[in-house]
Amino acid sequence: MSALVFTLRDTPAQRLDLAPLVPQRLAGMSEGDIAKIELQTTRERVCAGDVFRIALGDAGSIVFEGGSERLDRVGCGMTDGEIQVKGDAGVQAARLMRGGKLTINGNAGPWAASGMKGGTLEITGNAGDRLGGPLAGETSGMRGGIVVVRGNAGARTADRLRRGMIIVEGKAGAHAGSRMIAGTLIVRGRAGSLPGYLMARGTLVLAGGGDVLSPTFADCGVHDFEANALMAAYIKPYSPALADVLRRPWRRLAGDMAVTGKGEIFYPPE
Amino acid sequence: MQHVTVNGIRVDDTFAEAFGMRATALTITAHSEAWARQAALTMTGFGTSVIGCGAETSIDRMLSSDETPDGRPGVRVLLFAVSTAELQKQLQNRVGQCVLTSPGSACFAGLEGEETLKLGNALRFFGDGWQISKRFGDKRYWRVPVMDGEFVCEATTGLTKKAVGGGNLILMGASTQTTLAAAEAAVAAINAVPDAIMPFPGGIARSGSKVGSKYKGASASTNDAYCPTLKGVGNTALDADIASVLEIVIDGLTTEAVANAMRAGLAAALALGPERGALRVGAGNYGGKLGPHHYHLKDLLP
Repeated sequence: MSALVFTLRDTPAQRLDLAPLVPQRLAGMSEGDIAKIELQTTRERVCAGDVFRIALGDAGSIVFEGGSERLDRVGCGMTDGEIQVKGDAGVQAARLMRGGKLTINGNAGPWAASGMKGGTLEITGNAGDRLGGPLAGETSGMRGGIVVVRGNAGARTADRLRRGMIIVEGKAGAHAGSRMIAGTLIVRGRAGSLPGYLMARGTLVLAGGGDVLSPTFADCGVHDFEANALMAAYIKPYSPALADVLRRPWRRLAGDMAVTGKGEIFYPPE
Repeated sequence: MQHVTVNGIRVDDTFAEAFGMRATALTITAHSEAWARQAALTMTGFGTSVIGCGAETSIDRMLSSDETPDGRPGVRVLLFAVSTAELQKQLQNRVGQCVLTSPGSACFAGLEGEETLKLGNALRFFGDGWQISKRFGDKRYWRVPVMDGEFVCEATTGLTKKAVGGGNLILMGASTQTTLAAAEAAVAAINAVPDAIMPFPGGIARSGSKVGSKYKGASASTNDAYCPTLKGVGNTALDADIASVLEIVIDGLTTEAVANAMRAGLAAALALGPERGALRVGAGNYGGKLGPHHYHLKDLLP
């Protein structure tokens, strides 16, 4: 059975909340019912049928033909199935996602993977600020699953990350891994200033180094870490090149000593 | 004893009687095969019989580096006990004292199971607060800082309640040398069977036991019916031409594994022939009333 396809008619006149358009909510619905789903974020009512041409198909495999930075909360709370966005996505893509796979063939806005608990998010372009981070008032960010960004990520990537893994194949902005509670962030390119800022626990791999390192990280020397072989095996299906990078000695920087100091940055030895 | 003769060797019309056990499996890795084996040998030492050792344990097989989670050479170890609580205790003590201490070692689950035993979840406290938990997908590992780096250990390992302990073959020959040759051939064949171990030294027990003793406090004593030096005085089970008896005890994760192991061992002993190997093959049982698993030799013939 072919995919359920939403083809964007035109750039939306307002920001849209696409949270209702997830596989578990669309299963069994008719084209007419789907077209009536409201997506507006202002007082002006906008339904799915107004914004998209809908080609009914398997609700377990949803495709958005055409993207926009105004398409917010794509894949919000999805539990299974697949969503593919052929274009950009707005804020909070994969917010509270619990399972399945969301692919954004473009750039994603801020707070992608915020509160994510499971599943896979792949962003082929760049991710905005606070990837995996919590919204205001929340005590923790991403809590599970895996996020792969083929491009760059913005500031405070993995802010308050609690569990799960975020892979950035490009560069990361300032304060990567800030306030991390646990989990793993791997950055292949260079990270901005003060990576690991106030991280309590967790692992931050900076394969390309960082701009300015905080003096509150303690140098524990260069070592071979057997556990990195496990991490490499785990990420190999998602990022083969980065998996190979992991299998080498790393300088372990323990910190942030400004808080508990039980976290770590793996830094290039040289 | 009624018997059939195969390749000149008498095979008793009898059966091995075995018992249900709790079991688990581990994958132990290290920088080299030699050090992985060393850790496994140390852990499985003093693990011949639940009568005195608390657990029956041995190496199942060596693992190549592409079969292990961390891509290093490894060993698969099986561990059997009579209860889940005893198995947990033996697992924790043996891995903690023998694998954690071995240079460069790491320890992973060797069995998937709906029920689990604590592995790293118990040993992590050695880290004194410096231990680090990492979860990759559905697997959780502990990194415990030690003096040569880090001891990496999976959080849990699987438990099976369908394991079987006490499958056996009794090899009877004209001399110590020929009987030992038959036993060694059987052990070599059984070593190739997955999910089964022979916990006694080199896979062979020379002091098979019976239940009970004339002495108070001894739960088991020598199997006098199979002692060749008592042939003239006791209630012997041996024929006039038998001068040496060795037993192979088999534990398996499943009843099929035990049957396969006995089948392989029996075939190897019979293939050796009566001149170079055993004259007679039997099996140990308790009349069939104690153990739920019965392995009839006639059903296992090649």
